Amino acid sequence: MEPTLDLRAALRDMILARRVDTEAIALQRQGELGLWPSMLGQEGAQVGAGSALRPRDVVFPTYREHAVAWCFGVDPVQLLGLFRGTTMGGWDPAERGFQLYTLVIGAQTLHAVGYAMGIVRDGDVGTGDPDRDRAVLVFLGDGALSEGETNEAFVWAAAQNLPVVFFCQNNQWAISAPFSVQSRVPAAQRASGFGFPGVQVDGNDVAACHAATEQALAQARAGGGPTLIEAVTYRRNPHTTSDDDLRYRDAAENDHWRDLDPVDRLRTALLASGEIDDAFLADVAAEEQELAERLRTGCRALPVPAHDDPFLHTLHTMTPELARQREEHLAFVAAGEEGPA
Amino acid sequence: MSTTTTTTSMTAMAHALNQALRDELDTDAKVLLVGEDIGELGGVFRVTDGLAKDFGPTRVVTSPLGEAGIVGSAIGLAMAGYRPVVEIQFDGFVFPAMNQIVTQLAKYRHRSEGRVSLPVVVRIPVGGGIGAIEHHSESPEAYFAHTPGLRVVCPSTPQEAYTLMRAAIRCEDPVIFLEPKKAYWSKGPVDRAAGAASREQLDRARVAREGDALTIATYGALTATALKAADELAAEGTEVEVIDLRTIAPLDHETVVASVRRTGRLVIAHEASQSGGIGGELAARVQRDAFFELEAPVLRVTGYDTPYPASRLEEEWLPGLDRLLDACDASLAY
Repeated sequence: MEPTLDLRAALRDMILARRVDTEAIALQRQGELGLWPSMLGQEGAQVGAGSALRPRDVVFPTYREHAVAWCFGVDPVQLLGLFRGTTMGGWDPAERGFQLYTLVIGAQTLHAVGYAMGIVRDGDVGTGDPDRDRAVLVFLGDGALSEGETNEAFVWAAAQNLPVVFFCQNNQWAISAPFSVQSRVPAAQRASGFGFPGVQVDGNDVAACHAATEQALAQARAGGGPTLIEAVTYRRNPHTTSDDDLRYRDAAENDHWRDLDPVDRLRTALLASGEIDDAFLADVAAEEQELAERLRTGCRALPVPAHDDPFLHTLHTMTPELARQREEHLAFVAAGEEGPA
Repeated sequence: MSTTTTTTSMTAMAHALNQALRDELDTDAKVLLVGEDIGELGGVFRVTDGLAKDFGPTRVVTSPLGEAGIVGSAIGLAMAGYRPVVEIQFDGFVFPAMNQIVTQLAKYRHRSEGRVSLPVVVRIPVGGGIGAIEHHSESPEAYFAHTPGLRVVCPSTPQEAYTLMRAAIRCEDPVIFLEPKKAYWSKGPVDRAAGAASREQLDRARVAREGDALTIATYGALTATALKAADELAAEGTEVEVIDLRTIAPLDHETVVASVRRTGRLVIAHEASQSGGIGGELAARVQRDAFFELEAPVLRVTGYDTPYPASRLEEEWLPGLDRLLDACDASLAY
């Protein structure tokens, strides 16, 4: 199968997704966001995987898949709400099939497995109709490999031959714990023990990540079952804006990976081959400026939910006791607003 | 296959649950069952007996052994538009799935701002009184009731089991469905037509016996014990009202308060240990709403604040008829 990646489009996506990340860090520094998990350095893995999706596929992300969200058409302003504290989610997971970020490590791998069971029961696997066949792409980090739930997900996916692709971004660090704490063997090698293929790719090579994901998704959609992809990459920033990575790793390691940066690498290659020129980059830079402006304005404009918002979404039908607590709370809030400043 | 014409027959609770699952599988193609050993074996308590044969292995799925996987995959199935009913084999084995229940299942509606419902039923055999070994007798209901976003249901009779199970499967919210093991083989009449109920029944307690001298509020297997206590007291001329809570979350305290307003006395009984239990929550609400009508302090008859004991001590450890009668006497003495 010939990979279908448009390298110019991939470079544009990587640059713009990186700008989302950079702006979010700046917004956190300005006090507009409580926290931000940066994905700097992982654009190759994420755009590679994200660009292999078809509209009917479903994505289960962790909390760092900002570039995948970008590729799948989620408004980047919506990514900010969870971290600004205006929402517990931020977008409609049913609308695009991009599920909400999962902060509990590995929990989403099982949701992906269940969704894949649903796809099988819907008969949307192996029909040969590209408009019908679907698959699930679930993201995990190297730390999630140690979670029991991830290993249960591997067992289920294998035993039922489910249309699910596990995309592990091995970014070398689970907060302060190096990959050696999680595993003695490469992540991809784990898959064979569960009975399905594991593939290791250079996570900073967007074309390699795309090709591996496209092939694995095609196999899943065709009824060929699960694949584990290990994209070897590096998280160049701290775990989140609250983390101090220089306590557990030295700057030289970071410098080494900076030299392997996926964006620089692709830009250099495309300039050398003449596929892009300075005008292309200037256009993307202008787009970046526009995007940054939209993020800054959009972030500050994110609506604060109504006082009784949590009550409305706890259960499908509000119970009398919850209705009583809601009234009590609204009365309390109203009294506070009417009282002296 | 099955029909829902009026058929009242004497049925054990396990069979009533089987019938409810069968009727929902028949009614809604999106319903499916997942759990350990629920296929050919029919589950260790035989609640799913014969269902795999009649509905096939894609609708009655014997799962790998993994409780987190059972609940976690049910979440994904619900996201994909299905209505999974999953079985946890024993109460003591639900804890490996607690992460999926508490951090994921209970919260997704809230996190998605009401856009995504997770109509998942988690069936769990619960409670003591069957002489089981370690981890096979637990009363975990308060953990679930304390988690916003979950409904917690516990039937007391075959009819309640049938009706509440059908309502639970039709409910848009996640339901933790606690099946009292001790009551699995107790028989009672089941009217399937009356049981094809509206889901509002999930939210309402049931007055199992009327009386005006004292109110006993309980649920699950202890309901039968409370009715026995009421019989004994009636022989002495004291008419006790027995309320079967049926749903533990939400707790229908209004029904209990209305009763206490007439009787002035409340004894709460549950098998689970006392501290932080359902009884404390109910007592707090009753004193809030009926403080001036109370003639005596609200009393609780419960398991003690210890692990479930070895089964040879179980009978004296669990609240039984004598302890319940003692508490009623103490309340009536005020």
